[in-house]
Amino acid sequence: MASTETARPMRWYEKLAHPGQFLVWSAYLIWPLALASAAFFVWGLWLALFASPDDYQMGATVRIMYIHVPNAWLSQLVYGIMAVAAIGTLVWRHPMSDVTMKAAAPLGAVFTTMALFTGALWGRPTWGTFWEWDGRMTSTLILLFIYLGLIALWAAFEDKLRAAKLVAILTLVGAINIPVIKFSVDWWNTLHQPSSVFVAGGPKMPMSILMPLFVMLFAFTFLFALLQILMMRTEIVSRRISTLERRMAMEPAA
Amino acid sequence: MTPFNAIIRRDIRLAIAAGGDLLTLLLFFILVGALMPFAVGPDKALLARIAPGITWVAALLALLLALDRLFKTDAEDGSLRAFRNAAVSMETIVIAKLVAFWLSVMLPLLVAVPVHALLLGMNLETLARMMLALLAGSPGLLALGAIGAAVTVSLRRGGLIAPVLILPLAVPILIFGIGAVAPPPAPGADRAAMLFLTAISLVLVAIAPFAAGLALRMSED
Amino acid sequence: MTGFMTYPAHFAVRRLTIEGLSCTRGGREILSGLGLRLGPGEALVLTGPNGVGKSSLLMCLAGLLDHSGKIVWHGQGEDDRPGADLHFLSHLPSLKPHLSLRHNLEFWADLNGGDRALIDPALDEARLGHAADLSAGLLSAGQVRRLAIARLLVAPRPVWLLDEPTAALDSQGDTWVGGLIDAHLGAGGLAVIASHLPLKLSEKPRTLSLGRRG
Repeated sequence: MASTETARPMRWYEKLAHPGQFLVWSAYLIWPLALASAAFFVWGLWLALFASPDDYQMGATVRIMYIHVPNAWLSQLVYGIMAVAAIGTLVWRHPMSDVTMKAAAPLGAVFTTMALFTGALWGRPTWGTFWEWDGRMTSTLILLFIYLGLIALWAAFEDKLRAAKLVAILTLVGAINIPVIKFSVDWWNTLHQPSSVFVAGGPKMPMSILMPLFVMLFAFTFLFALLQILMMRTEIVSRRISTLERRMAMEPAA
Repeated sequence: MTPFNAIIRRDIRLAIAAGGDLLTLLLFFILVGALMPFAVGPDKALLARIAPGITWVAALLALLLALDRLFKTDAEDGSLRAFRNAAVSMETIVIAKLVAFWLSVMLPLLVAVPVHALLLGMNLETLARMMLALLAGSPGLLALGAIGAAVTVSLRRGGLIAPVLILPLAVPILIFGIGAVAPPPAPGADRAAMLFLTAISLVLVAIAPFAAGLALRMSED
Repeated sequence: MTGFMTYPAHFAVRRLTIEGLSCTRGGREILSGLGLRLGPGEALVLTGPNGVGKSSLLMCLAGLLDHSGKIVWHGQGEDDRPGADLHFLSHLPSLKPHLSLRHNLEFWADLNGGDRALIDPALDEARLGHAADLSAGLLSAGQVRRLAIARLLVAPRPVWLLDEPTAALDSQGDTWVGGLIDAHLGAGGLAVIASHLPLKLSEKPRTLSLGRRG
């Protein structure tokens, strides 16, 4: 009755975004991403642990940065991806946007937790305490709370379609708020270290430290892409199962 | 009477009819302040120093308690659904409801701040700054709260989850709200904080009707 | 049963055309490929078993649900807010027990662009005139339903979407609702009514029986 779909072949971007097609083409990405991530991890960890010098001030603790910085970067990248997907959900009402948002939230929370944890490990020898109300650590902690709130909101809804729209609204409100939070926290505590990797006029760090940092950045970003795709595939399959279950509950014998 | 005023009038009438709720809320607000000396000891200097923070947190908690009522009762009795066919847009309705809520909940809390001042030993100047900061910051807090309440309106357990969503986002208001009251660490910092507080509050008030209106429309099907 | 005295003499012409309508609710398709036309003074009664989508179709027409296909309200001057000239009576009362009957109706009259002068006649119509200044929390289920229907009378609108309007009403109430719908149609209004009980209308209305899909 409703299936007035003609046999017109899908355009490439439709294929890209159709949940069923996504399951097909994303399958080809899993192994390459896993291998790329693993290779970069091996290379990056070797550089970070053996082939780079101790910092003249921080000593060997500088090596924590090679894990900390990529996680901190991902904690923000993931939120950015969620915010873009939220626009997709609200404007185009595309199911893949919903799936992207839902899959990204727990990953974002994990990367943010890792950033906080490694930050605390670095803080112990540097500040003499695991937790310091330093500007960056504080903003990251609040970001973690926002992620956890969004995950809780996802979990609270029975109806996942409605959940997607409402989570999207809150994600965007959060996206507007995050710069304000950063600004206010920095104002509140001006003790934070100024950003030193991407400053205008070129990085101040020596190449021997930058190199492992960038390799690790790639390693973690590939890891995220891999996990994101796996989570999205799981989500699509679990949605199909629940659709089937609902249909079974409706009709006694189809 | 315009639809806008009709909503304000109805919600204020409802608040007066359920006057006991407001008294309970005020009692809660004052109790949070009164408990602090037991929590940190009756050290007057310490209490006076942390008094603005206590008052802000108490106001935030009281707001969170009251927020559950903002859209929930209208959702439960079908009014929210009927709002969709009102002569005005959902955004207008949200603004009117926020005005009514501010007048019937936030204003009484503001009036109760002197009790905190008395219990916690704020001097007159701090009290005046405190009330001014609350005046500037409370619309922003309410705006955030409205978004949280709207997003969770269709949940039975919404009253539990909304605070978890709102609190992290309320950090800037808290920071600048206290910055505007506490003795400034640098000259002029308190004035800057007051300006930031007002600016953030205005932006949130501008966003909230759209975000909450959208959430309410999407919750009702 | 007298007709509603202060009801507007005549509504501006309204027509409803539906083509290929499909409604989804909670991601599930409730209705699909529905087409119908309704002119002024016409009523359509929806019947069918529970869960078949009667309420959803009404919500769809009220603009509350996502849908594909066409719902066109033709009338004088295409309104920028098509939802603002229809009333949707759901199973929920949309009333506040803490407010008096009069204040409840006052609110809906103001919000829906109605007329406060209609409040007293509407209360009398609903046989609630004696309780106008008592709080709505004191009413029985049947009285609440009558007050909820009186909400429609204080802001005359050409389109009524009624979901089980006679639920909780006694036979006298049934007759009253039938008379109201007759008066509404007589004034050139439209009504789409979901009801599994026969309505006491003066003319036999068109009926759309919704069945299981498949």
